[in-house]
Amino acid sequence: MSRPEDDLAADIHYDDVEARKYTTSSRIQNIQASMTHRALELLDLSHPSFILDIGCGSGLSGEILSSEEGGSHVWVGMDVSPSMLDIALQRDVEGDLMLADIGQGVPFRAGTFDAAISISAIQWLCSAVDSESSPAGRLTRFFNGLYASLKRGGRAVCQFYPKNDQQKKMITEAAVKAGFGAGLLEDDPDTKNHKLYLVLTVGGTQGSDITNVVDGMDGVDVMDARKKIKAENGTVKKGSKAWIVKKKEQMERKGKVVKSTSKYTGRKRKHLF
Amino acid sequence: MKILSLNFLTCAVKACKTSPNSYPLHPKDAELVQDELGLKPEMIISVLPRIDWEALKSTCSELGFPALPEAAPTKEELENDEKILKDLHHLLLETSISEGKLVCGNCGHEYAIKEGIANFLLPGHLV
Ligand SMILES: C[S@@+](CC[C@H](N)C(=O)[O-])C[C@H]1O[C@@H](n2cnc3c(N)ncnc32)[C@H](O)[C@@H]1O
Repeated sequence: MSRPEDDLAADIHYDDVEARKYTTSSRIQNIQASMTHRALELLDLSHPSFILDIGCGSGLSGEILSSEEGGSHVWVGMDVSPSMLDIALQRDVEGDLMLADIGQGVPFRAGTFDAAISISAIQWLCSAVDSESSPAGRLTRFFNGLYASLKRGGRAVCQFYPKNDQQKKMITEAAVKAGFGAGLLEDDPDTKNHKLYLVLTVGGTQGSDITNVVDGMDGVDVMDARKKIKAENGTVKKGSKAWIVKKKEQMERKGKVVKSTSKYTGRKRKHLF
Repeated sequence: MKILSLNFLTCAVKACKTSPNSYPLHPKDAELVQDELGLKPEMIISVLPRIDWEALKSTCSELGFPALPEAAPTKEELENDEKILKDLHHLLLETSISEGKLVCGNCGHEYAIKEGIANFLLPGHLV
């Protein structure tokens, strides 16, 4: 089956014709709705919260977030397609909408959101969009920005359609590198309706541990960022280039701006005179 | 763009991340709309500690709203005084900028708002 992600940029693929399907096709609406409900179940929010909807499109997921059965949440949606946002306007959704490319980052203050949700969008980050940026760079900017914009103890659930195992790995690793505790959950594996959810937690408080969220669920792969960092810390020499790069990553995760890493990073400076 | 969201948005330009002048963004030529929405007390109470009250005060004065109290209400005040809760609900959730711009105080970048949707797409060299 051909994938639109392989051929076109998202804002071009999701034109008026494609966007219209999200209001007219009950099949699409039902699938998106059931995935949104599943994601909400995994977010496990106990009261009306402030939520970011990543790649919100025409607002199908957002409408559920606002609804009483969905938990009466308040949400902000980011999407790169004007046509999809136009449909959201026509549907008169309650959430706030922004035209934005998540591969450029998430422009909110640190600790803004209680939670984030993304339905069928983040696989788009694996495709190149121009010659100035790489998929790896866009994934890093997205996950670093998302991590910083969530409050401590917050969670994000992203349902996505990886093209293959390599994309699955690329996305998950980028999330872990940004500091998230990450788990992959697969519903109905080995059927044609199988669905993949990336469950992300921002450390800080007890009980928000990813292993608690997905404990006992079938088909869950847990990748723990913290353990990995600990193990690596043991071997990285203070002051070395690897050490500096790691520190920079930590600073970046906290929303600080750091100099980009270059061939000069960590080099001993010679005295000029 | 709701006033609530504006209180959390920052300039997306990379070089602005370290500058205190890049927050909050300043509304310019703003047209406002009001929507009636259901009151969600728990949401407001839980989001209040995250609101930057100084920024909210300056946004209100730039938009020509009546001045806000000097300090943010406490959780107890919100829980016991329905009027304060409703006023905040009205300001943060029911009031939006429908047309206009948001301007960064550091780099001067203008984010256009059309039909309530702010455009945060940046040219590649600013990312
Ligand atoms: C399959 S649609 C799903 C929309 C919505 N979440 C739903 O469930 O109905 C994928 C959406 O992701 C958006 N998207 C793709 N790449 C994006 C990017 N880089 N930044 C923001 N949105 C993006 C597309 O514009 C599209 O609206």
